[in-house]
Amino acid sequence: MNRFHFWVNDRLIEVEDEPPTTTLLHFLRERLRLTGTKEGCAEGDCGACTVVYLDATGPLGPRFRAINSCLVLLPMMRDRRVYTVEGLSSGDALHPAQQALLNHFGSQCGFCTPGVVMSMFEATYRLDLDADFKLEDQMCGNLCRCTGYRPIREAVAEVAGTRPRDRFLEMLQQAKADPPCSEDPLGSYETSHGSFYAPCSFEALFDLLSNEPRASFVCGGTDVGLAVTMHAGGRPPGTSREAGSESSLPCLVSLEDLPGMKKLQKSEAGFVFGASLPLTDLEEATATDLPPVSRMLRYFAARQIKHRGTIGGNLCNASPIGDLAPVLLALGATCILRDRARRREVPIEDFFVDYRETALAEGEILEAIRIPHIPGDGRAASYKVSKRRELDISSVSASFFVRTDANEKVTEARLAYGGMAATPARAKLAEATLLGKRWSTSTVEAAAKALDSDFEPIDDLRASAWYRRTVAANLLRGFFLETREERLPRLSARPSGTIEPESPRTDVEG
Amino acid sequence: MIGKNLSHDSATRHVTGQARYIDDLPEPRDLLHALPLASAHAHARILHIDVDAALDVPGVLAVLTEADIPGENACSPVGWGEPLFAEGVVHCVGQYIGVVIGESVAACRAGLSAVRVEYEPLPAILDVHAAIEKESYFGEPAVLSRGDVDAELERAPLRFSGEVDTGGQDHFYLETQAALAVPGENGTMHVFSSTQHPSEVQEKIADILNVGRHLIVVTCPRMGGAFGGKESQAAQPAAMVALAASQTGRPVKIRYDRKTDMCQTGKRHPYHSKFEAGADKDGRLLALKVESFADTGWSPDLSRAIISRTLFHLDNAYFIPALRFTGRIARTNNVSHTAFRGFGGPQGVIVIEEILSRLAELLRVDPAAVRRLNYYGDAPRGMSPFGQRLKDVRATRIHDSLIDSSGYRGRREEIERFNRESSWTKRGIGFSPVKFGISFTKKEYNQAGAYILVYADGTVQLNHGGTEMGQGLHTKMLAIAAHTLGVPLDRIRMMDTATDKVPNTSATAASSGSDLNGEAVRRACEKLRERLRPVAAWLLGIVPDEGDGLVFEDGEIWLPGNPAARTTFQEVAKAAYDARVQLSATGYYRTPGIHFDPSAGVGNPFHYFAYGAAVTEIEVNGLTGEYRIRRADILHDVGDSLVPSIDKGQVEGAYVQGVGWLTMEELVWDEMGRLLTHGASTYNVPAIGDAPVDFRVSLLPDAGQEGVVYKSKAVGEPPFMLGISAIVALRHAIGAFSSTPSQVELRLPATPEAVLRAVDMARGNPAPAATKA
Repeated sequence: MNRFHFWVNDRLIEVEDEPPTTTLLHFLRERLRLTGTKEGCAEGDCGACTVVYLDATGPLGPRFRAINSCLVLLPMMRDRRVYTVEGLSSGDALHPAQQALLNHFGSQCGFCTPGVVMSMFEATYRLDLDADFKLEDQMCGNLCRCTGYRPIREAVAEVAGTRPRDRFLEMLQQAKADPPCSEDPLGSYETSHGSFYAPCSFEALFDLLSNEPRASFVCGGTDVGLAVTMHAGGRPPGTSREAGSESSLPCLVSLEDLPGMKKLQKSEAGFVFGASLPLTDLEEATATDLPPVSRMLRYFAARQIKHRGTIGGNLCNASPIGDLAPVLLALGATCILRDRARRREVPIEDFFVDYRETALAEGEILEAIRIPHIPGDGRAASYKVSKRRELDISSVSASFFVRTDANEKVTEARLAYGGMAATPARAKLAEATLLGKRWSTSTVEAAAKALDSDFEPIDDLRASAWYRRTVAANLLRGFFLETREERLPRLSARPSGTIEPESPRTDVEG
Repeated sequence: MIGKNLSHDSATRHVTGQARYIDDLPEPRDLLHALPLASAHAHARILHIDVDAALDVPGVLAVLTEADIPGENACSPVGWGEPLFAEGVVHCVGQYIGVVIGESVAACRAGLSAVRVEYEPLPAILDVHAAIEKESYFGEPAVLSRGDVDAELERAPLRFSGEVDTGGQDHFYLETQAALAVPGENGTMHVFSSTQHPSEVQEKIADILNVGRHLIVVTCPRMGGAFGGKESQAAQPAAMVALAASQTGRPVKIRYDRKTDMCQTGKRHPYHSKFEAGADKDGRLLALKVESFADTGWSPDLSRAIISRTLFHLDNAYFIPALRFTGRIARTNNVSHTAFRGFGGPQGVIVIEEILSRLAELLRVDPAAVRRLNYYGDAPRGMSPFGQRLKDVRATRIHDSLIDSSGYRGRREEIERFNRESSWTKRGIGFSPVKFGISFTKKEYNQAGAYILVYADGTVQLNHGGTEMGQGLHTKMLAIAAHTLGVPLDRIRMMDTATDKVPNTSATAASSGSDLNGEAVRRACEKLRERLRPVAAWLLGIVPDEGDGLVFEDGEIWLPGNPAARTTFQEVAKAAYDARVQLSATGYYRTPGIHFDPSAGVGNPFHYFAYGAAVTEIEVNGLTGEYRIRRADILHDVGDSLVPSIDKGQVEGAYVQGVGWLTMEELVWDEMGRLLTHGASTYNVPAIGDAPVDFRVSLLPDAGQEGVVYKSKAVGEPPFMLGISAIVALRHAIGAFSSTPSQVELRLPATPEAVLRAVDMARGNPAPAATKA
């Protein structure tokens, strides 16, 4: 097939022989001439390109997802319903999200506004925005350089969860998970510019892989999308990049539609999360049972990124600063890998082999991760420190798990860090100093000291080696303080930092 | 209509996606695209430019360089020192060498990669400190001085000295630089540009093409943010497409991607300042010597005026009996730093605010109290360093009012209690004021024009010389026109800013947009209203004398006390047309009474001053250096607000942008002079969670400013400096980590890392010297 269709603002759009690496943003602006959606950064960091799509494929039910259209490859929207800022009003009647922003004087230059409106649109139909910090999470992916955010904050608080009985709600309530791959189990889109496959059976996938050695996997695509737009985004002075590197992605294989890849499973043995599970779903699903996961995800990225980003994508690109890895390392997760013939399960620390290298063999994919229950005598928490709390790349991220016996002696310890080495890694020397010792200030101090031998962090534009070292040790100290009363600390309602070493205080407002 | 909350005039179009920016305009037939070819070296001789391979790329039409410019290869706002395209030598990474023109953006990009430029690298000066060491400057120092500062320093009971370094700041307007040139017949050209200064774009293009300015029309529909970044530096992309359009005879568009924009355009000037201060035992400043050095980059751009504004604002709101302020613009091999909200003012104000913070720490007193002691006031404390006598100083009034309304004293005590009980989380509260001079320091810029057209159906087109960048200028102009003419807002159409409507306009900058253009609009409207008054009187059958009492309001015209005497603007317009009364008018305004002699450092450079103050409460995490603004209270003086909703938005946005400059916005260049923080993922502008959780902004009541349109006041820049209160608050919180009161050593921008260093220092546990650039 060299064609597919999707809907934009409820209008059926036929796509034919468009390169598979065409971004949704480009298609909206240049082909459909829907110029309301803007490009502000082309790297999913400003939110000016935010659009919403209706996703009925997730395990938590149908929902609108605000996404960065600059990072979405067009074939990923196959059969989906996409809404842009132009599609919200009905005649002269503005959508409540638009009206609220207008009433609160929430636009100045107006360039970020379409994206702000679309994030507010999603908020309008969410029922779980019951705290300030959740509203901030909803909007943190939309940078505004003019307003100072006060009117945006008030406008979104006004519409969040109001769910007007309108055509969008109807659409949401009627949405059913599409029967995957009606005719073509390969989900193929083959053009003269390259091919895109979204197989819906493992058999079709592995057949394809044996025929297509050039295939690159994509699982949400926030990183592959970046590779496309940053190439298209021009050449920074002083660097040379070869032209036409788009063609280095001649064959893309999306793992999103494979059966069971978005599963959420809880059993006696622990939790199993499919590799294609969007990070927002993971965040929601772990809020109660696995606070270290949801707490990391709060500051992980903008919501638009978390809606498309997946567990598999985050782990398989094996970035040293992938924020999920430390959490999984600390919680003792395993990776379920699968190829045509068999499944195997490897501990997460064996999964990361080197800088951006994993244990995946040729023709093998990550199918799911398994996270064991956190035992009642365990303490665990996750931290992410960056220059900007939200929407930023870690200077240091960390996740800790410490288990103690009846005498408060440490029986198990996993201290995992991101941003400290070429791969996310455990601090084995520091862990060793903890084992068998009483969980106390002096033990923690000894471990903090040992961290210096565990890691040789680097200076870069985000932080100095000194800062990384100091924060790495302080996070461990903070963990000790923070878990004195609460073994699995949750997000506090209004954190001044990634860590809350003092017990909750008397905040009256908000 | 004046003094009422109004939505931005484009608000409905903003929220529906109908508002068009340059790249959204319908594309003309045969459109070509362009991308700039830029230097890869900080300083180098160009040995050879090989474009052959680029021209072989399908879709590439041409690569233009300085040799292709028919007129002057010049694109400087001050008329010297900046060619459009490099001539033999490049002076910074990102300096324009030429422009690639192609059938598509992709073709231009491929063409750009295929151009080979051969360089011979030359030694480069990459920051202000290196420039000082090498004595690399543009021009002579600018100086303001009063009294015998050395003698007064000698005599002062308390003397201290120090340094203040501030970083640059990328404008990060959401809409990057963009322009579209459409060639017309007979050598004419219509250029659509995202610019704060259409007339300068017109001038530069005319000079580059070697034609009269009358052949060039520049239109600015609106900007997606500018903040000074499109005052002088929108001219280059516009000039490139105009040149390309003139060479090819086809329309040409350019739009920078974010990386190009960040790597190739100038930013707020990084500064290094050193000071020696003398004070009495109570904290009253007696003498102050400051030397400020601005990293200007490779070309002068607007830096001369920017350093002047720094010197004019080194006093901020404080009377300093003896002083000497010296400013130098250091020539470096960086991008040419340029206008950015505050225009050098913030770099001056931060110095005196740091001085007062450090003085308060030395004296162990409330830093707000030290500030109050030092305000300008009645004679002899009413004289500025440049000989302008200050009238109606509002600093003390604002101070007292805000200290009360924010509950500053009680909260400060409460915070100190909190800090005694909390070991790793500390809070701080900080107060800082601003006084900011309003007027362009370049005298000829202080003029503006408007052109109003009334149609026979009573509808109105409004033209003025200012540009809309989100600040709400158009909304204010509409309010003034609606009020003065007495017509409803929906009967007035705001036209795109264009050089064929109002000639020789000034940049929309220096916070002056609404003062200058607003008075021009008011005068034009008044002219028209007075022309219509006798027509209305005739229509109502009342004698001309009675006509003087006619009220023009909201589309109706009536005589108070005479219910029968009532008609509509529409009917009067029709009657005026029938009676052959001219229905268009221009308005013109120039600011009276301003002058300045730079050689003597004396004059009245400002029409008046704007005032404001902020109280910020912040919480610092002592383990990571992270922090969060818990609450901000602002009281700002905008005179009698023309449109309070717009003014409040300006104050809030400026504050957060000021906080961004001083906290999380950090520019990092490598040792080759290449910018490393060139995208949204590496350069952090504040996100929603960085803005105050609790944000309370009030406009000063009873604040009418005589001599300004409807007694209003400029607002764009002054509140930017209120972000400094966050630094005062951080110092308070960081100081609380120390067991004994001591000086806080906080580097700017105060990133979490800088804060953690300061916390560790306060805890007596200093970090090793920073190794980072």
